[in-house]
Amino acid sequence: MIRIPCPFCGTRDHSEFTYGGDGTIEYPALDAPKEDWHDAVFLRDNVCGMQLETWHHVHGCRMWLLVERDTLTHEIHSVRPAHPGLAAMFETDQEAGE
Amino acid sequence: MTRFSAWSVFWNGITGQKGWGRQWRDPEPKPHYDIVIVGGGLHGLATAYYLAANHGLKNIAVLEKGWLGGGNAGRNTTIVRSNYARPGNREFYEHSLKLWENLSHELNYNVMFSQRSHIALLHSPGAIDAAARNYNTMRMTGTPDAEIWDLAALKRAVPHLNYSDTARFPIMGAAVQKRAGTARHDAVAWGYARGADAHGVDILQQCEVQGIARDGDSVSTLETSRGSIRAGKVAFAVAGNTSRLWNMAGLGKLPIESHKLQAFVSEPLKPLLDQVVVFGIGGAHFYMSQSDKGGMVFGGDLDWYKSYAQRGNLPIVQDVSEAAMSILPCLGRVKLLRHWSGLVDMSMDGTHFICKTPLANLYLNAGWNYGGFKATPASGWYFADLIANDRPHDRIRNYDLKRFERGLQIDERGAGPDPKLHG
Ligand SMILES: Cc1cc2nc3c(=O)[nH]c(=O)nc-3n(C[C@H](O)[C@H](O)[C@H](O)COP(=O)(O)OP(=O)(O)OC[C@H]3O[C@@H](n4cnc5c(N)ncnc54)[C@H](O)[C@@H]3O)c2cc1C
Ligand SMILES: [Zn+2]
Repeated sequence: MIRIPCPFCGTRDHSEFTYGGDGTIEYPALDAPKEDWHDAVFLRDNVCGMQLETWHHVHGCRMWLLVERDTLTHEIHSVRPAHPGLAAMFETDQEAGE
Repeated sequence: MTRFSAWSVFWNGITGQKGWGRQWRDPEPKPHYDIVIVGGGLHGLATAYYLAANHGLKNIAVLEKGWLGGGNAGRNTTIVRSNYARPGNREFYEHSLKLWENLSHELNYNVMFSQRSHIALLHSPGAIDAAARNYNTMRMTGTPDAEIWDLAALKRAVPHLNYSDTARFPIMGAAVQKRAGTARHDAVAWGYARGADAHGVDILQQCEVQGIARDGDSVSTLETSRGSIRAGKVAFAVAGNTSRLWNMAGLGKLPIESHKLQAFVSEPLKPLLDQVVVFGIGGAHFYMSQSDKGGMVFGGDLDWYKSYAQRGNLPIVQDVSEAAMSILPCLGRVKLLRHWSGLVDMSMDGTHFICKTPLANLYLNAGWNYGGFKATPASGWYFADLIANDRPHDRIRNYDLKRFERGLQIDERGAGPDPKLHG
C-alpha cells in the first residue's frame, strides 16, 4: 500500500485516492492547432523514476493533489494541492509558521 | 537439436531420461548482427523464429537482460482467445488463434494449448445485447465459434457457479468462444527459443541494452552489459520497458504508459473448472482458469497507478479474492499460494503497435496492454514480415504510431485515451 500524506487530511492509504496521471501535461488553448492537442492527449514521457503526477482524494477531502513519486520505488517526495492558489496559501502558511 | 517424438519420449523413459541435451545454445555475442531484437519475451523470440523460418534470414540475435521468459512471458494468466470486434483486431487475433492451433506441431514442442472455451458471464439484458452484437460481428468476419449461451446451457457446462437470484449481479447468460483456452506460457517461450536457435539465431541472455548510439537517422550500435553490438536492423520488443529504450534512442514521447498487472495462483486442487471463466461488471474484473497442476489461476485489474515496480499491491489481492468468492463460492477455504506482477505496456487506445519508427532501421513492437500472450504468434509473424520487407503488411497498417494523428483509435473497450482503463 502506498501511503499519501494529504495536506488536508493527513497520511492515508492510496486506496482512498484515484490516480489521475502525468501532472506535467499542459493542455493547450481551446483554439490551439490540433497537433498540440494530439501531443497533450496521446503522448507521455512515461518516466521511470521521480514523476510529477495527479491524485484525487476521492474518499477524503475530494481535493486534487500534485504528488512527486518515484515510479520504480513508489517513494513519495512531495505532495501539494493541485490548485495553484491553495498551494500558494499552504506555502505562505508554512513560511509564517517557521 | 534433437526432435521430440513419441519414440524419443518412450526411449528416454526406459533409459533413465539420460538422452536429452541442451535445447538451445548459449553463445558469446558477435560484434555485428544483421538484425538485433531487444527483448527475449514471447514477442521477441517469436519474431526471431519467424524471421528465420518464414523469411530465411540469417545472422540474427535476441538480447535479453534477464532470463528467457522472466518478463510478462512467464507472468501472465495464459488466456488465448480471438473475441475482438474492431476491424483489424478481429482478423489479427483470429490469425493468431489459427497459428496457436498448429503451434506445438510447428515448433515440435508441446505448448499445451488447451482449447477449453472462454466463458464471459453476462448479468443484464443490455450486456447480452452488446455481447450478441460483438459475437455476431465475429461470426460474420471469420470467427465461427462465437456463441451466446442462455442460463440453461451455462448451468449444464459449469454447474457450480453462484447462480443465486439474490447475488449482487445475478448471472443471466454468457458469451462463449469454444476454440479459446489456455497454453503453457513458459513452453511457448522455450519452444520459440529452441526453434529460433535451431535456425541459427543467437539468443543472448544476461545481455542488457544500456545505451543506443545513432548515426544520424538510424541506430548504429547497441551498448550492452556484454559489450558493444553493431546492428543492421534493430527491433524493440520490451513490453513495459519500451519508453526507456525509446529514450535511449533519443526519441522522446510515446502513446504508452507502464503499469503493473498482478496474477495469483492457489494451492493445487483436484479438477474443478474445465473452462476459462470471466466476470466483469460494476467495477469487478476477474478471470480464472485451472492450471494443469491444479492451481486456480486468477487475474484482475491493474494496480491503478503507473509503476515500473514488478510487485503487486494489497487492495487488488482483496478485490480479486472478493470477485472469486462472488462467482465461485466453493473456493472460500482455498489458500492463495503466490501472487506477482508484470510490467505491462498500456497504450492510449488499448491496441498495440507493430510499426516502423522515426529511425530508418528501427522497428517497434509494443503496447500489448493485458493481452499480448494470445497475440504472440501473430505478433511475431507480422513483426518479422515488417522487418524483413521494410513495409507493413496490409493487415497491420493501422498498428502504427501515427494513428491518433489520423483521428483513429482502435478502442475495444470504448474507454478513451487513458491507458489505465484499457484492461
Ligand atoms: C499478470 C499478467 C497477466 C496477463 N494475462 C494475459 C492473458 O491472460 N492473456 C494474454 O493474452 N495476455 C496476458 N498478459 C499480457 C502478456 O503477458 C504480455 O502482453 C506479453 O507477454 C508481452 O510480450 P512479451 O512476452 O514479449 O513481454 P516480456 O516477457 O515482458 O518481454 C520483454 C523482455 O524485454 C526484456 N528487456 C527489457 N528491457 C531490456 C533491455 N534494456 N535490454 C534487454 N532486454 C530488455 C525484459 O527483461 C523482458 O524479458 C498478462 C500480463 C501480465 C503481467
Ligand atoms: Zn484529503
